[in-house]
Amino acid sequence: MTVILAFLVLVALAAGLWLSQQRLASKPWLETGIAPLAGHGPGRAPGFIFIAVFLAVAGGLFAMLGSAFVMQIDETPWELVPLPGRVWLNTALLLLASLFMQFVVISARAGTTRWLRASLIAASIATLAFLAGQAQVWIALTSGGYPLDGPPAASFFYLITGLHGLHVLGGIIALAAICLRHAGGGDVKALLPGVRLCALYWHGLLAFWLMLFALLQGWGNAFLALCRAAVT
Amino acid sequence: MTDILPEHDSNLPPREVADVMPPHAHSWIGKYVFSQDAKYIAIQYSGTAAAIGLVALVLSWLMRLQLGFPGLFDFITPEAYYQFVTMHGMIMVIYLLTAIFLGGFGNYLIPLMVGARDMVFPFVNMLSYWIYLLAVLVLVASFFVPGGPTGAGWTLSPPQAVLSGTPGGAQSGIILMLVSLILFIIGFTMGGLNYAVTVLQARTRGMTMMRLPLTVWGIFTATVMALLAFPALFVACVMMLFDRLLGTSFFMPTLVELGEKLSYGGGSPIAFQHLFWFFGHPEVYIVALPAFGIVSDLIAVHARKNVFGYRMMVWAIVIIGALSFIVWAHHMYVSGMHPWFGFFFATTTLIIAIPTAIKVYNWILTLWKGDIHLTLPMLFALGFIVTFVNGGLTGLFLGNVVVDVPLSDTMFVVAHFHMVMGVAPIMVIFGAIYHWYPKITGRMLNEAMGQIHFWVTFIGAYAVFFPMHYVGLVGVPRRYFEIGEPAFLTAPVDGLNAFISSAALIVGAVQVLFLFNIFWSLRHGLAAGGNPWRATSLEWQTPETPPRHGNWGDDLPNVYRWAYDYSVPGAPKDYVAQNDPWVPDSGGRRL
Amino acid sequence: MLIAVVLVLIVAGSVAFHLYSPWWWTPIASNWDYIDNTLVITFWITGAVFAAVVLFTAYCVWKFRHRPGHKAEFDPENKRLEWWLTAVTAVGVAAMLVPGLFVWKQFVTVPANASELEVFGQQWNWAYRLPGADGVLGTADAEWVSGENPLGVNPHDRFGKDDLIIEGGEVYLPVDQPVKLLLRSIDVLHNFYVPEFRAKMDMVPGMVTYIWFTPTRTGNFEALCAEYCGTAHPFMRGFVTVVEAAEYQEWLQEQLTFEDYARTASEPATRLAER
Repeated sequence: MTVILAFLVLVALAAGLWLSQQRLASKPWLETGIAPLAGHGPGRAPGFIFIAVFLAVAGGLFAMLGSAFVMQIDETPWELVPLPGRVWLNTALLLLASLFMQFVVISARAGTTRWLRASLIAASIATLAFLAGQAQVWIALTSGGYPLDGPPAASFFYLITGLHGLHVLGGIIALAAICLRHAGGGDVKALLPGVRLCALYWHGLLAFWLMLFALLQGWGNAFLALCRAAVT
Repeated sequence: MTDILPEHDSNLPPREVADVMPPHAHSWIGKYVFSQDAKYIAIQYSGTAAAIGLVALVLSWLMRLQLGFPGLFDFITPEAYYQFVTMHGMIMVIYLLTAIFLGGFGNYLIPLMVGARDMVFPFVNMLSYWIYLLAVLVLVASFFVPGGPTGAGWTLSPPQAVLSGTPGGAQSGIILMLVSLILFIIGFTMGGLNYAVTVLQARTRGMTMMRLPLTVWGIFTATVMALLAFPALFVACVMMLFDRLLGTSFFMPTLVELGEKLSYGGGSPIAFQHLFWFFGHPEVYIVALPAFGIVSDLIAVHARKNVFGYRMMVWAIVIIGALSFIVWAHHMYVSGMHPWFGFFFATTTLIIAIPTAIKVYNWILTLWKGDIHLTLPMLFALGFIVTFVNGGLTGLFLGNVVVDVPLSDTMFVVAHFHMVMGVAPIMVIFGAIYHWYPKITGRMLNEAMGQIHFWVTFIGAYAVFFPMHYVGLVGVPRRYFEIGEPAFLTAPVDGLNAFISSAALIVGAVQVLFLFNIFWSLRHGLAAGGNPWRATSLEWQTPETPPRHGNWGDDLPNVYRWAYDYSVPGAPKDYVAQNDPWVPDSGGRRL
Repeated sequence: MLIAVVLVLIVAGSVAFHLYSPWWWTPIASNWDYIDNTLVITFWITGAVFAAVVLFTAYCVWKFRHRPGHKAEFDPENKRLEWWLTAVTAVGVAAMLVPGLFVWKQFVTVPANASELEVFGQQWNWAYRLPGADGVLGTADAEWVSGENPLGVNPHDRFGKDDLIIEGGEVYLPVDQPVKLLLRSIDVLHNFYVPEFRAKMDMVPGMVTYIWFTPTRTGNFEALCAEYCGTAHPFMRGFVTVVEAAEYQEWLQEQLTFEDYARTASEPATRLAER
């Protein structure tokens, strides 16, 4: 359960930071009048908070999966699935997709239609290629003697990549919906709030994938073993 | 689609949050079926939860009939008994308590209490209810499939949950259960995101966090906890579903079932328990924290006094919420996990008793020197204090690892958690319904029926669960279809069980009167007016009662003070509403 | 005012029930009276707190009930009082926790002279295995389970050959001799629970868990399954008979070793094959 607890420490830090701005030590019964609310600067649209909180929830989900995976590997002695090299390529694709999404935001803010269109297409292609690549890894593993109902480490790979892929797919659908809604209108800036949320979501999914990828490589368990050795 | 409303009074500081009118439904279906109004969604949530809760109540009757009068009812076979136990537990914890506190009270009260027109994302909020309803329907469907619903116990621990020795394990009962839970979690997450973001981003001008009523603090903290805890259950359910349907072995080691070796291997059953209780313990507080918050407000309003130690109450809620994530394994002291964990989890568990105790003290100190009106909400609040203190204290037995060893898996545990997260929060739900019914309908609930309801429920529930501790202490394990008369019983438990069952039947029956009261008072209740309890918080200050779509008429309220200005010296009335700009003569600190 | 009276009656009734009702735990038959003592301390502390809190509530309800002209006091907080209450609560909690942790340390530390007994659970009966003459239990796994090897003893492990296999749900234990129970299951969760011994622990398929205790009086004690294990869970009973050392040795002589057991079990099959 180390992974989920580490994740919760991060969440607790963020929550603590926010709580520290809420004047928790004030004496509200002594104060009358209209008090200013804390933490309502520009850019804190409800949608932004919504995606941020949702990413925390999804992060909890993946951290939980990571925890279960690490627990599993610890109990069955180090039976990891050898990941094909294709996974590295997929990771690079997701990284690119995240980068292109940032370009989308930048060009939407600047209002340059051509750049916006190009980076949107690039981001979509990179993301779809990532998904296709993951599917290819599945096929390779299944035919390579690691089927879904094989050793638990293999089942974990399918489950983790599958749930992550579903989240990516959801993101693409949302992105498509936003673009279609504004397809007719000439104003590129109308896209900005929507694509900004998408970009945030993409970055979050990239971060989760990097963590999960490290765990699936067995680095998490190696790290834990190292800690244990250092303690004893 | 959305329009930002203009400001009418320009002498005020600028708004931090734009005043946005939620979309207005024009069709009948949009208003009364697929409504996006949080108040209407709240009623849909509560109605569905109450309906499925009635099923769970009947199930509890059936299982108490077996325990109280073993052998008398032929149709209650062991299979059926375990199905009753499982479905009763699961429905009560998830589909009734969680749904009614967060989906019901959360939806109704959050926007009104923070001074918003609606939830921030009304459409997602509506989806949340419909997915919840779907989850309930899938759950109900499991009663009608071959083999019936799962009888795995509400903890669903593998491997038995997916094997043929358990009712519904090899048939579709367990599959529908898991699917229903997954749907519930998806639906809840949609609602939960709304509740959290609404509290964070839609508070009206002047409504700082430290001015929120404790009800909002309780529901908000519980929501955040649920958002972080439910993913654990989600993962556990998906993994078990894979084990059951796709032949994976996440939770399944090498097994020999009734002489036959199965194709599983390599998984760990304890991993499931870690995942389940990582959700399951916060879940206790997900139910308890809203109850804590609501009961604080009930006591303050009906004792005409400010909540004593408001700051401590807020801190305690936050601390309990945080600590509840590092105590989960106290459900697993005898599960076979590494025994050294016992030291850590016993310590954290008993530490959590301290902020909880502070809350209890502050409720009672709120009564101290109050002006206590013994209205129905106040009576239920007092009933809550007694049952919660009782159930909380027995938690100190079970949290202390070594004392838990003889008591775990006995009826003592059943008595404990029913007292602390069954009876106590339900007392609050009743109190809250008597309290807010006038706001929701414009009429008061009938007092005489309410009195009968309170006395029978309170005394009856105590009579059910207090003696049950001793059944466990004698050594009767939980989840026993029948105990017989083993030699270790210091006295036969048959008579005691029959008494408990009789009391349970009476308590259950009186809930019908309560339901009748709810419908009867819709037409025949006394007209309540806008603020019958003379309360300060914003929901009582709406221009219309019941509040209309958009809640606040033309202008959002401005908040000038905290939610507990009762019996303030020098004030013209014995309460000063939150949106009342009155300033005490003595000054105080002006902002 | 009825509610104040009822609150007082609830406290009085609860205390009376606790003191005078016949339902109490069964007389102990192991060394874990430490557990009983911790439990009694907890009863005293929590009972006192319960009585104090509810009686004080009753007093408040009576004393500050609404009367015409009565007004509540405006009293936002009292930091000193709150800190005092916190401190007193912390002391009370520590008074329960600290002895509990000491006893837990004992509970998980098996004495070196403890003999071993494997308790084996499956749906829905108990079996037992004792190390034979060599004093070592052979390895075992669900992998090896078959008709002539119901406990799944590893047939290739030489330590397992002389292990004693005890079926039929009843096992003997010598009095005053510490024993470590190794708990094993091959299908679902079970829990070996003898109320007189106080100790209990789940048995989990795929791993071996343990408890230890010293039986302190002779007698015949019923064992129950305390972890839900399927439809026949309440009928999964066994017996532990605690006897003097001499009688124990006698009983031991009558038991079959794994080798003998496998032979007798396969005999009818061999005879059939010969014919």
